[in-house]
Formats: sequence, structure tokens, C-alpha cells
Amino acid sequence: MLNDFINQFWPATIDGLAFGSIYALIALGYTMVYGVLRLINFAHSEVFMIGTFGAMFVPFVFGISSPLTGIALAGVILLMVVAGMLASAGTAVALERIAYRPLRKRGASRLAALISAIGASIFLQELFALLVIPNVFNRPQQGRIQMGLPRLMERTELFSIFGHSVRVDQVLVIVAAVGMMIALDALVNRTKIGRGIRATAQDPEAAVLMGVDINKIVRMTFLIGGGMAGVAGALYLISYENTYYYIGFLFGIKAFTAAVLGGIGNLRGALVGGVVLGLVENYGAIFAGSDWKHVISFSILVLVLMFRPTGILGESLQQARA
Amino acid sequence: MALTLGLAACGNGGTEAQSSDGGASDTPAASTVKIGFMGDLTGANAGIVIPPWNGANLVVDEYNKTNPATKIELVKYDSQGDASKAVALAQQAIKNDKVVGLIGPAFSGESAQVAPVLEEAGIPSITASATNTKLAENGWKFWHRVLPNDSVQGPGIADFIAGAAGAKNVFVIDDKSEYGKPLADAVRGQLGTKGVKLTNDSLDPAESDFSSVVNKVVAAKPDAIFFGGYYAAGGNLLKQLRDKGVKDAKFFSGDGSLDKGLIDGAGAQNAEGALVGCPCYIATPDVTDPKVKNFADSYKAKFNADPAIYASEGYDAATVFVEAVKAGNTTTDKINEFIKTVDLAGVSKQVKFGDNGEVVAKDIYIYQVKGGAITLLGKATEAKLG
Repeated sequence: MLNDFINQFWPATIDGLAFGSIYALIALGYTMVYGVLRLINFAHSEVFMIGTFGAMFVPFVFGISSPLTGIALAGVILLMVVAGMLASAGTAVALERIAYRPLRKRGASRLAALISAIGASIFLQELFALLVIPNVFNRPQQGRIQMGLPRLMERTELFSIFGHSVRVDQVLVIVAAVGMMIALDALVNRTKIGRGIRATAQDPEAAVLMGVDINKIVRMTFLIGGGMAGVAGALYLISYENTYYYIGFLFGIKAFTAAVLGGIGNLRGALVGGVVLGLVENYGAIFAGSDWKHVISFSILVLVLMFRPTGILGESLQQARA
Repeated sequence: MALTLGLAACGNGGTEAQSSDGGASDTPAASTVKIGFMGDLTGANAGIVIPPWNGANLVVDEYNKTNPATKIELVKYDSQGDASKAVALAQQAIKNDKVVGLIGPAFSGESAQVAPVLEEAGIPSITASATNTKLAENGWKFWHRVLPNDSVQGPGIADFIAGAAGAKNVFVIDDKSEYGKPLADAVRGQLGTKGVKLTNDSLDPAESDFSSVVNKVVAAKPDAIFFGGYYAAGGNLLKQLRDKGVKDAKFFSGDGSLDKGLIDGAGAQNAEGALVGCPCYIATPDVTDPKVKNFADSYKAKFNADPAIYASEGYDAATVFVEAVKAGNTTTDKINEFIKTVDLAGVSKQVKFGDNGEVVAKDIYIYQVKGGAITLLGKATEAKLG
């Protein structure tokens, strides 16, 4: 048992970091919306799903079917990330406009918004399974079947840690995710929009009195959170090369868990939560079977919340200081 | 698929026109009996039900063309693999359409629900693809299946892994499903008796990252891997294994992975050489047996595709019903008696049923991915790895 752990420690760490980074990027959307609106945006899982298809659209349109190198590869990856961000951010903003703002204006309860979120989530899944995938991606009758991405990037070894190879796609995911996190952190802490977000999170009424346009801030929150899910979608697609209409479900639950684990409403908490979740899942799978992954990760969540009810980092968006 | 259905519809239309012509010129008492076909014809797994549906159509059309005294009408019941839909359709088939026999249901789950309904109404059925072992343990008198069950498949594949493939160190993975777990357990059990070193793990097929499984495989350094599960997860698993440098270990799976989706999911290069066992017999274009060749050619001519999974089993199941009607049996009881005693050379095997409804022949076939296509290697007991 211990021997297994020693043998598999480094590969599990690398995989855990890469997958945890994707969790973390999605978790940002949950955490930001919660921080500002005290709302769990359960349709965020579909924002991620649409991000994967947005990214898929780029190689689909160019008809790429063999691995690329150099500038062409970098260009396609960049385009995929941008397309994923556009698709996801657009979806998130539309969700806010259609599913949440009308409820918010009429002062509906948070429970109503939750139902609205679940409804929007099912609507988007079915929309993709029935209309978008068969028509846009030219897969008639195959709306519910997994869609593969041809290999874009060769899986070359970049370097090795104690004899365990680290591949270029894993490094790409980790570096890109951490880069996005740093940029987002700077945005929230250093810019005017970031100040507006923090102000609204602290006290929406006082923020209005201080001249903050709440609707604009909420829209920006959804836009940024959605954009991050789009990056996650593109990175996921590049490394795992498949997606389907229901892919958001498991990712949504895991990312939400990561957000709570790190401290919901806390941006850095999302990063910590995502990475911890990714690592714990992979370490846990070494001891128990891989099918016990979910049990282990949720047990850890319960344990952490028992001793730190506000999550690992605890501190929330409204208390963040520039 | 629209094309296939269109063809089938055309075929039926032509049949009716013929039957009225025949009635005018021939015996005035020309009658028609209805045989049902039930399975997932438009849902997510339609890919493995349309071939047997085509195969059944082929037999019935050939038979009707001979202008017999009693024609057969094949009635389609699209259950979409959903057991509750299947039961409702079965009641419709019994009460409204008054079918005298049913081919299907295609899957094990729906079969478990529909078979008792058919049993009560005394309607004989032959499934061409439901392989759950327990189905035969209910004492049903009207239920039959024309292919071996999962308890035959697992040991058959295991013998091949330890025998022809010569594996000494095997990693067995299952997807925890009602299908994958028992199949993988059967493989584990049989490999255990051969002194093979075994390592086990399970995965959640809803996930897309199997790295924890892959890392265990890397650490175990097996020379063969068996996956009990469906092709969607199987393809992703195979790709992630090869990407992690597990290049030499042979990849095995069962009938749930016998689909082009396995190659699409893994990528043609990664899937090359993968071996899939199946209790089904797929007539590949290079067959030599004249009966099978004839079947494959007429299938290709009619449906513009090579026979795929369960096509020959669907053909054989329909052949049994056709022979029953040909022999003058048009009531459910008589057809069922005929099925109990039938012993005919089918396309997939010698068709003869035991008392529990299981087919007597117990051959498992091994298929291999070569050049991005699934090819037949031979019977599991005889096949050699080139």
C-alpha cells in the first residue's frame, strides 16, 4: 500500500495539479457570483460545457485533423481559448440577463433563483443535444454521443521528475490556469471594476449610494466568471480531446465543491480548493480504487467544513482589501 | 440511418402491394402473421440495434419474395432501450397488433421487464443481443436468446488472454456497471485459475480523467489490460494509457466496446492492435463460408454497409421465425414448440436452443483493430495473434 503510494506519488501529483487547475478555473465562476449576489449559479456547469464546444468550433471550422507545431499550434490554441471564453462569457451574461435579473428586480427569493438556475441548466443541455451539436457540428442523430477532438498537440515529454515524465499538455494547463488566476486577482484588487465588484460584495446598497452601477457590476461578474470557465473548457478540450452535452454535470459539482472547500466567495480560495481537490482525488485513488475518488473527495470536504465552516481560506470577497 | 429506415419502409410498401396482387391471382386465403422487433432504434445506443433490425428485415423480405401462403410482416417497436417504454410497447404488440413472436428486446435491462409480460401472454421471443446471464434463470418458457451469455464471454476472453496472448501479468479494470462489473469479474475469476498475476481497479465512466487508473497501470507494468465496460469510456481510457507510455501492454475488452466508437475515442493510432471479444459473429468482407458470404453480400447490397454487430444474430433470430411459419405454424404455441426443437445452420452458428432458452453453441469470437477498422481474428479458442 505504502509502496504503491511512493511509486505513484509524482504522477498523481502532476495529474492532480493539472486537473485541479481546471476545477479551480470553473470554481472562480461559482465563487465570484456567490460573493457578489449570494447566489449559487448552478447553471455555471453548462457555461463550462458551452466553453468546451466554443473551443471545439475552432479546429472544426479549420478542419484540422493532424497535430500542429510551432506558430500554427500556438495560434490555434490561442484562438480556441478566445472562442471558449467568448462562448462561455456570452452564455453567462445571457443567463444573468434572462434567468436571474428579472427575478432579482422583482425581489424574488434566492430559492426562486436556484430553481431558475436548474431550469436554465437543463434547457442549455437539451439545446446542445438536440439543436446545436447536430446542426452546428454536423452530427445529425449524434447529439448525445461524445464528440472527439483530433489530436492538436503531440504529447511530448517536457521534463521528468524522479523518472516520471511531465508532458507538455499538463504544463500548459497548469501554467495557463495559474496565469489566468494572477490576472484575475490583479483585476479584482487593482482596477476600478474590481473595486466596484468588491464594493457590491460588501454592501450592495451602500455601493449604489456611492455611485456604483450594480447591474453593470453584476454583468461584469458573470462575464469574468464565464470567461474563466471558457478558458477551463478550452484547456480541458486540448488535454482530454473530448466533450459531450452532459460534461458540465460532474465538473460543475466538483468545481462547486472546490469553491466551498477553498472558502466560497474567496478568489484565492477557489485556486486552493481546486488544487487540493485535484490532489486529494488522485492520492485517495491510490489507496482505495479509482471508483472511490468521489467518496474520498467529498469526505474531505465534510471534514474540512466540520473544523473550518468557511472553508480553507475562509475570508470572503467582501473582506478583501486592495 | 434515415436511408436505412427509408429502405425498410419501401420494402414493406412493396410487400403489401405484392400481397394484394398475390391474393388476386393466387390462393384467396393468403394470410399475414406479424412478428415484432423491439429495441433501441433511435436512441443513444441505436448503433448496435440497427444492424440486427436490418438482418431481420433481410430474412423476412427474402421470404416474402417467394410468395408464400402465409406472409410475415415485421413490426418495429422502438423502445429506445427504455424498459418502461418497452413494456408499454410489448402490451401494444400483444393486444393491438397480435404479434405471434418477438425478436428482442435488444438490451438486458428491457428484456428483464418485457419477458414476464410476453411469458404471461405466451408470445415466443428470441433476443439477438441481450447477454445478461440472469435472464435465463427465470424459468421462462417463451424466452430465447441466440447468442451465448456474459458468463461464457468472460472466461472465453480470459482463456485467450492467458493462452494465445500469453499474458502473465494482467490489469483488469471495470466500469462498475451492471454489464461491466460481472464481465470483468468473470475474466478475473478465470485468470485467477491460470496463475496469472492480477491487479484490479474500477473507474467511473461518467468521468473523463482516468489518470488515477492509468498511474496504477503504469506502476503495475502489465503485459495485458482488460476493460469491462462500454466503448465511450474504453476509448478515452485507451488513449490516456497510450499517452502515459503504456505502449506494449495489449488492450482487451468485451462486446460493449465492439464499436467504431472505441477507435474514434482512442484515435486510430492508439487503438491499433486492440482486441475485443464478443459472443457475436460479425461477417467481415473476407469470409469464405458461402452461406455467410451470401448473407454479407446481400446485406451490403440492401443496406449499403457491411454487416455490423449483431446483424447475423438478428438474421438468425428472424430465420427461426420464418422457418416456423414456413412449416405451417402460425399460432404462438406452435411457433414456440417449433423453436424448442429447431436445429438449423444459421449465419452466426448452429441454432439450437436448450430448455432454458439459451442457444447451445458457446463460441466467443475475438476481433482486432487493424488499420483503423475492426476485423475478425477468429474463435477465441482458435485465434492466433499475428
